Amino acid sequence: MEPLLEVKDLSIRYRGSDMREHRAVEGVSFEIVAGQVLGLMGESGCGKSSIALALLGLLNNEHAEVSGSVVFRGQNLLQMPDHSLEKIRGAALSMVYQDPGIALSPVMRVGAQIAEVVHAHKQWGWEKCREEAHSILARVGLEPTNRIYAAYPHQLSGGQLQRVVLAQALVCGPALVIADEPTASLDARNQAEFITMLRDLKNRSRMSLLLISHTPEIQASLASRLMVMREGRIIEQGDFDGLYAHPVDPYTRALLRRADRLDDLEAIERKSRLHQQITG
Amino acid sequence: MSGNIETDACDPLVRIENLRRGYVQRRPFSGSEYTIEALENATLTISRGATLALVGDSGSGKSTLARCLALLEKPSAGEIWFNGRNLLELQASELCAVRSQIQLIFQDPVSSLNPRMTAQEIVAEPLAIQKGGTRNQQRECAIDWIVRVGLPNNCIAKRPMEFSGGQRQRLAIARALVLEPKLLILDEALSNLDLANQECIVQLLADLQAERQLTYLHISHDLRLVSQIADEVAVMNEGRVIEQQPVAKLFSSPKEDYTRELLLALPSLESICIDRSA
Repeated sequence: MEPLLEVKDLSIRYRGSDMREHRAVEGVSFEIVAGQVLGLMGESGCGKSSIALALLGLLNNEHAEVSGSVVFRGQNLLQMPDHSLEKIRGAALSMVYQDPGIALSPVMRVGAQIAEVVHAHKQWGWEKCREEAHSILARVGLEPTNRIYAAYPHQLSGGQLQRVVLAQALVCGPALVIADEPTASLDARNQAEFITMLRDLKNRSRMSLLLISHTPEIQASLASRLMVMREGRIIEQGDFDGLYAHPVDPYTRALLRRADRLDDLEAIERKSRLHQQITG
Repeated sequence: MSGNIETDACDPLVRIENLRRGYVQRRPFSGSEYTIEALENATLTISRGATLALVGDSGSGKSTLARCLALLEKPSAGEIWFNGRNLLELQASELCAVRSQIQLIFQDPVSSLNPRMTAQEIVAEPLAIQKGGTRNQQRECAIDWIVRVGLPNNCIAKRPMEFSGGQRQRLAIARALVLEPKLLILDEALSNLDLANQECIVQLLADLQAERQLTYLHISHDLRLVSQIADEVAVMNEGRVIEQQPVAKLFSSPKEDYTRELLLALPSLESICIDRSA
């Protein structure tokens, strides 16, 4: 099957103010087929977010040098002029950012920020764009949609804002969504709800997902394939279940395996008895 | 500190009683004022040399409690007993010394470390503020701590942006410990890190605790992490500490329904992987 996205030999270098080059990503190759969730793990600073920005063509400036090829539906995004890229970005290829507090404008009603995306990509009147925004708000579980549509970001909770950002990414029916740590700013309960919703939405469409997250539980809930990065390179990639069962690289093992003692209550009890002895 | 204040080891290092903190808000247009109670009679204790984890949903008042304890905010009512003294009754001159005993580490080292300072300047700055030793002694002490938290000693001239996420958090720990505090408050300090880095920092914190009898207040919403590191857990909901128990008891027999819900919200990695194969 023809892959939806094929990344070959992607390298990204940043130039600092002192003209020193910093290699953020080196020789990264991977592909995503339609309907697949590819997980991307690695420590902060390893180049995960740089890849996301490069895929969206957001690194076309004098401070970054991007080489290699990013072929999306048969077209190389890296060689595409800005005006054609703008037609794809936000519509067929969209992104969910980590911090909804920064991603949303504080002075616009959130519904209008979603309708704006539709208006930018489709030749529709505002009335129809607004209807579309209402229907996507309902799909991400933000009801009553009238109240949410008219709210400003500061009037919504963190979990609600993250759903608004997701609605913004999904409203044009994208083929590929890039989610960069979509649950990092949520607490445990909201995290679980958000992941369940994302999985349901994904199962109901043929959308693909590039999921950037360093939490193994989130990757396990969604990803079918997994890619592990370190210092700008991919050190291991493959089927999630295979990697989880038999990680080849010790770093992959360290990222996936928690010293989880929740099930080992005996060990905790021993520790607490010891503690009681110490404190008397 | 004078001799009679060195209390016996059974006395907890921190005892917070009925702490209240309200934020006054103004309604738009009418201008009338109302108060949001972030803390409502929060009560907890932290034993010497132990790790207390503070958990709860966002907005439950965890960070407000930490900020009050670190004297960054003034509570509206209540008592904060630290090492046998009520902090809210101390004179401003005495508070300066107490402040160095309580240090805080934040979630995001990118925004809590000054990007224009070098690693060595960042770690030495608290010493300069508290006027500890000569400039040279401060410098050496800073380098000593940078090495002790596991950073290479050729990095003292680097700036925060040149470090990886895990290294930046190590730098924040060095800066907090350079004044040799008794209590370290970690406000979601590990939640931005991946598991491999988290594991290393957890180990570092455990070693430092054993070596220097440090007491930790660890704020986190990650219950899996809490199960690894805490001796006791306090659960907050809507400005109150609804229960405080040793970690094993809390996980095996929570008293409150709210705690049970929190525990259930998070399936373990093993159970997710079993669901996948089913």
